[in-house]
Amino acid sequence: MRPSSGIRTEPLTLIFAAFGGAVLLFIIAPLISMFVNCSLPELAETVRDNEVRSSIWVTLWTSMAATTVFAVAAIPFSYLLARKDFPLKGLVTSIIDLPIVIPHSAAGIALLGVLSRSSFLGKAADKMGFGFVDSSLGIIAAMAFVSIPYLINAARDGFLAVDERLEKAALNLGASPLRVFLTVSVPLAWRPILSGLILMWARGMSEFGAVLIIAYHPTITPVLIYERFGAFGLKYARPVAVLFISVCLAFFIVLRLLAKRGKVAER
Amino acid sequence: MGSLAIKDVSFDVQPGQYFVLLGASGVGKSVLLETIAGLIRPDAGQIFLNGKDVTREKIQKRKIALVFQNGVLFPNMTVYNNIAYPLRCKKLKSSQIRERVAQLAEDFGFTDILKRNPQTLSGGESQRVSLARAVASEPRCLLLDEPISSLDVKSRPQMRALLRKINADGQTIVHVTHDYTEAVSLGTHIAVMEGGAIAQMGTVEEIFQRPKSEFVARFVGIRNFFRGRLEEGGKHQANTRQFTTGGLRFSVLTDSPRGKGFVCIRSEDVTISNAVGSTSARNNFEGTIVDIEPVGIGIEVIVDIGTEVAALITAESVKALELHCGKKAWVSFKASAVKYIGQ
Repeated sequence: MRPSSGIRTEPLTLIFAAFGGAVLLFIIAPLISMFVNCSLPELAETVRDNEVRSSIWVTLWTSMAATTVFAVAAIPFSYLLARKDFPLKGLVTSIIDLPIVIPHSAAGIALLGVLSRSSFLGKAADKMGFGFVDSSLGIIAAMAFVSIPYLINAARDGFLAVDERLEKAALNLGASPLRVFLTVSVPLAWRPILSGLILMWARGMSEFGAVLIIAYHPTITPVLIYERFGAFGLKYARPVAVLFISVCLAFFIVLRLLAKRGKVAER
Repeated sequence: MGSLAIKDVSFDVQPGQYFVLLGASGVGKSVLLETIAGLIRPDAGQIFLNGKDVTREKIQKRKIALVFQNGVLFPNMTVYNNIAYPLRCKKLKSSQIRERVAQLAEDFGFTDILKRNPQTLSGGESQRVSLARAVASEPRCLLLDEPISSLDVKSRPQMRALLRKINADGQTIVHVTHDYTEAVSLGTHIAVMEGGAIAQMGTVEEIFQRPKSEFVARFVGIRNFFRGRLEEGGKHQANTRQFTTGGLRFSVLTDSPRGKGFVCIRSEDVTISNAVGSTSARNNFEGTIVDIEPVGIGIEVIVDIGTEVAALITAESVKALELHCGKKAWVSFKASAVKYIGQ
């Protein structure tokens, strides 16, 4: 038992708790009001709306694809950042954090510069029969751009927490560095990596600004909510938002539970 | 670690030897092992294995298994998978792996814990599993970093027996420790380290009977050191056994089983008298004084009783007893002052 959970509570603790309550209310109140103001018939109608359903589907699969594809490169890169020292490492670390600090519409503009049909990459893609602008590939690129720092940082911290002696012990037993990475480093850093993956996915799924600039179509739900709000007003945008939030929440709760169960099984 | 320097350390270990590096903590014994295993790159110097320079060889290619001080087991794998790890690296078939792990578990006495996670093991168990895992990799040389010191007193004899057996099966072992009883009990060859260098190297007897420097003598801590056999005592002597060495018999207070080994008697525990009276000391021998030499805090008197025994006494005693070289004198020490180390 923590010492502070006794009978006497300090006045300062009460004041801090009051601040905490205010902040919590600030987060929860708008969400609750949105759910409360959305009637069931409205919601039912939205569920049947094909445009809404396909937008949710596009949002889910593109964000998953962005996370999966970029994880393949990001996880080994995080390992490198955790284990090796190299020149300009500080600079590299700052570059990774860049997408977090720049405005996402600006990120979209920047990405458009290298992915548009007139750019080198865009031309190359065009020749092979696909493009980035107004395509799911563009959405994936935009989502990955703004969300990848979360995965890299979480995975790097996870690898840092793995005792290096375990890796050396594995090498000492004759394992190749790749085998050590796959059988010792990644499994031991798995929980932080998993929460990094979830965070990256969530961030990608909620992205609006960068995606809007690169790909208005196929429409992802955040863009659809904005579009409906602009064209028809709050009443039409709200049910879509409620539905999307519910779907996201359901996914996160399931994932968190799975991660938690993994943690229990580890013991 | 950064400031720790090992300099001019050079030694050879022959195949099948049990080589003990003996030294106080912080003299760089662990660093030396990690350098041999390839975990640390030396600034200078070379490491040869079967005549081949392996100084720049990758860790995973050296085939030198290192057992860390606290037995570094993979926490994400069961005991079984820990031991199977080096076998999988060798790409053995799973049936072969099962057989080999079962055999090792049997030999090392832990068939009942194969499915457990390392976090649930006792210190002795995880040390044995680490050792089994290292042996499973079939190393050309097995390096042990204080494998016994961290164990509780009860599991130590078991661990020693295990190490002796591994060595008897032909495994070359380099073992570092700060405990001279481990060195005596296990080593065929010993190197004593002092300040990042080797102070003396040789067989167990060479080190303990003829320490070359004061440091070695003080570190090994015992001036009277004899190899021989421990035998059962009489019927009425429950815990007193007889130790025979070079025609002499010592009474030893011990519950160790009979067998080959060493006894040590600290020179502080040996008394000298001109005639033996009634005493509780079980060991009384008459001999001739061959040397009287001041050492540090007292006077060391060496008496030849068929073998040389050193006694550390005060200058006042030397005067009062009128001791001088060539004089006959009695040497006494209690059975409880004789420390037996089985081999």
